[in-house]
Amino acid sequence: MELQAVLMAAGGGSRMMDLTYNTPKPLLPVGNKPLIWYPLNLLERVGFEEVIVITTKEVQKMISTDPKVKLDVKMKLDLVCIQEDADMGTADALRHIQQKVKTDVLVVSCDLITDAALHEVVDLFRAHNATLSMLMSKAHEFTETVPGQKGKKKTGEQRDFVGVDDTGKRLLFMANEADLDEGVVIRKSIMRKHPRMHIKTGLVDAHLYCLKKSVVDFLADNKSISSIRGELVPYLVRKQFSKSTNSPKVIDETHQNLKKNDKIQISSRDEELLHLTQERSCWNDHRGDMSDAYHGGRLRCYVHIMDEGICYRVNTLAAYIEANRLAPKLFDEPAVHPSAVVSERCLIGADSIIGASCQISDKTSIKRSTIGVSTTVREKVKVTNSIIMHGVTIEEGCNIQGSVICSNAVIGRGADIKYCLVGSHSTAREHNSKIAPEKRLTECHRAEVNITYHYKSITYNNCHKVSK
Amino acid sequence: SSILHIAAVVVSGTSVVVYMYTWCLSSSIHISAVVVSMFSTIICGFLFLLVVKRLPEHVQVDDPAVVKRLAKKLERQQIPLRSDYGYKVSLFSHLHQYSRKAPLTQQLSIPSTVIHPSIVRLGLQYSQGIVAGSNARSVALLHAFKQVIRDYTTPPNEELSRDLVNKLKPYISFLNQCRPLSASMGNAIKYIKKEISNIPSQCKEEEAKTKLLTCIDRYIEEKIVLAAKAISKYAIEKISDGDVILVYGCSSLVNNILCEAFEKSRKFRVIVVDSRPRLEGREALRRLVQRGISCTYVLISALSYILPEVSKVFLGAHALLANGYVMSRVGTSQIALVARTFNVPVLVCCETYKFCEKVQTDSFVSNELDDPDDLMVTRKGKTQLENWQDVSSLGLLNLVYDVTPPDFVDLVITDLGMIPCTSVPVVLRVKNLDQ
Repeated sequence: MELQAVLMAAGGGSRMMDLTYNTPKPLLPVGNKPLIWYPLNLLERVGFEEVIVITTKEVQKMISTDPKVKLDVKMKLDLVCIQEDADMGTADALRHIQQKVKTDVLVVSCDLITDAALHEVVDLFRAHNATLSMLMSKAHEFTETVPGQKGKKKTGEQRDFVGVDDTGKRLLFMANEADLDEGVVIRKSIMRKHPRMHIKTGLVDAHLYCLKKSVVDFLADNKSISSIRGELVPYLVRKQFSKSTNSPKVIDETHQNLKKNDKIQISSRDEELLHLTQERSCWNDHRGDMSDAYHGGRLRCYVHIMDEGICYRVNTLAAYIEANRLAPKLFDEPAVHPSAVVSERCLIGADSIIGASCQISDKTSIKRSTIGVSTTVREKVKVTNSIIMHGVTIEEGCNIQGSVICSNAVIGRGADIKYCLVGSHSTAREHNSKIAPEKRLTECHRAEVNITYHYKSITYNNCHKVSK
Repeated sequence: SSILHIAAVVVSGTSVVVYMYTWCLSSSIHISAVVVSMFSTIICGFLFLLVVKRLPEHVQVDDPAVVKRLAKKLERQQIPLRSDYGYKVSLFSHLHQYSRKAPLTQQLSIPSTVIHPSIVRLGLQYSQGIVAGSNARSVALLHAFKQVIRDYTTPPNEELSRDLVNKLKPYISFLNQCRPLSASMGNAIKYIKKEISNIPSQCKEEEAKTKLLTCIDRYIEEKIVLAAKAISKYAIEKISDGDVILVYGCSSLVNNILCEAFEKSRKFRVIVVDSRPRLEGREALRRLVQRGISCTYVLISALSYILPEVSKVFLGAHALLANGYVMSRVGTSQIALVARTFNVPVLVCCETYKFCEKVQTDSFVSNELDDPDDLMVTRKGKTQLENWQDVSSLGLLNLVYDVTPPDFVDLVITDLGMIPCTSVPVVLRVKNLDQ
């Protein structure tokens, strides 16, 4: 077997707590499919037959019981549960499943939505016998206004500095702005070996890594590394150029020590043949200095940078909204689900998605929006640029613009919601009144509720079920 | 092949007609004579069919029937078909031309199940040029086969000697699609197949596998490593102090010889001749200078300028053909030609496992077309040939091999000794007798 796929679905979604306090991040609906469907679909399309999914017990329960969360993938899913409160990083999770890992791994994050050609990443891993191969993409500006945020998005996120060599494939340098004190420091040994380096900052890390099995074994020995992206990858990138690279490496040593005696002999004879091949081959990865191919280094890290195509990591609200716009392009199901009841006198734009078992009444207008499963939309409602999740009821005369309405919410009559985020299981409230959990807008009130976009909408009233 | 059938039938038919005619004319011909002559014509026809071999498929790309047959064979073996790229120059339209940007792995599933992972890795390394050079390719191929044999388990009710050979066939087709096999690889594959089929059926699986692995190790040790040592020994006798030696491209064997000669304290200097688009001479230059040999570097266009200084030419070979022609990197025949004009001796160094039974007198019939986009050069941000596909009257040709006639080669240094070029069929015959 060549590669094993590992899907990390235990993350908390800490940067979009408004959405994930009730629904775990892997099951957030994007284009009416759970978020975890997208990386699983990517792996299935490429040809994987089994995936190890590392997730929490809650997600596992929801996957097996909840009918709305249908993962129609043909692959065999091996669900491994970890405790939610154990605060495990991605590297810790990989260490947890070390016994299941029998060959090189392909680690994917559950919030990755992409149509990248995975063979580019894996080909780099195979052809150069690399230790690490990852995927990155040019970042796109998010154009949609994010509900609940005043003004433009501030660049609160720290920049990542990625250094690649002249061919654009070999990863030479990786650091986050947070780790650098004053400026970018590049060691002289790297500059001597690769005098031309391109440093890029506007790249999105797709969190898709091909790792050798020896790295997983190395993680088992070094328990201090807890995050793949934050600690392991920079460590491997730095270790490419460390002085002990020419002698058998730390990673190779631990790997060999674990094997039995005869296996060491096999691997050493094969190593001789590989060395002979490299010696006789007239290829070099660089020119201009006197060193052999790869400068004699045995640890190599490669990156494939996508120029075009979709690549999003859904870990912020802005990314979530953007992903909802573009996700429908990744699969070709009809925009309007056949089981949805849509009356004839409503206007549904071409780029809207209507989920299963929906009821859309007359004279509604739905443009550039996603309507979730089992949602009821009454008459004379205008929905523009919004994301409506499952089980929502929108009463008559509402006007919803640029908002996110989470699952099982109720939007009362005549509500005018602009650029808001309505939490799940809540009801739209009146203007300027305090949060009153029991208050519901019933028919006799007929209040005109106006919520402008400075207010973030209601909290989080999960004990309050929807009722007529 | 249908043409051959028709030709054989026509030949036998006309001879039958001739005999009938003579029989009619002179009725005193005995019946038995006629019968005997008819039998002999039929037998001649059949022999004609048997002796004439089919052309290999990779030189008949412009014949749609052959292409369809190849596609069906690959489909049966579950290997994707690699499509040709770009406009092919008409003289070479019977050969495949692939693009490096469209690797075969695009159409394979990612954890490759049909093809062993080490073979996929090898195919990628071939198509991207990471493993290049006849010796390196053979060693890498044998290394990958060792992994395959190690991971192989005999299915129930099957014999290892037959099943393993069948398992290797799709891998070989896959490697052929990635990059056409070299003559040395072909010989190595023939050797392995013979060794596998010679395994007795009572042999246990573990024993058989270790036997095969030791066979492969021994083959590499004898035919490549020790052969290189033997060739160096012979070649060093031919290098005298004060020599100016010309080498072309990067031949691992020639580099080995020069490094050994330098270590044995011969005083000489080297002129490295290089050519586009591969520019392999730069790698040869680096390896020689790293050892301390003083070198000069020229491009092949300066060959006749530099040749008056040269005392000997050492060339490597990709294969030695049965009629004494040397198949080597494109440009070698030019070097040999100009060297002959200047009366400079040309010595070709080649191990015996690269001798092949093919006969070829020109470089058109069987060759390899590399990616034509390699000929594009970007200088100062501008690529002149960027849109060469849009110009209908322009074709880019990137040949890999050419053949040098034996008249231009003075000596061939092999591990069996120093032989003239015309003795290659003798060596082949002796090798066949051994086997």
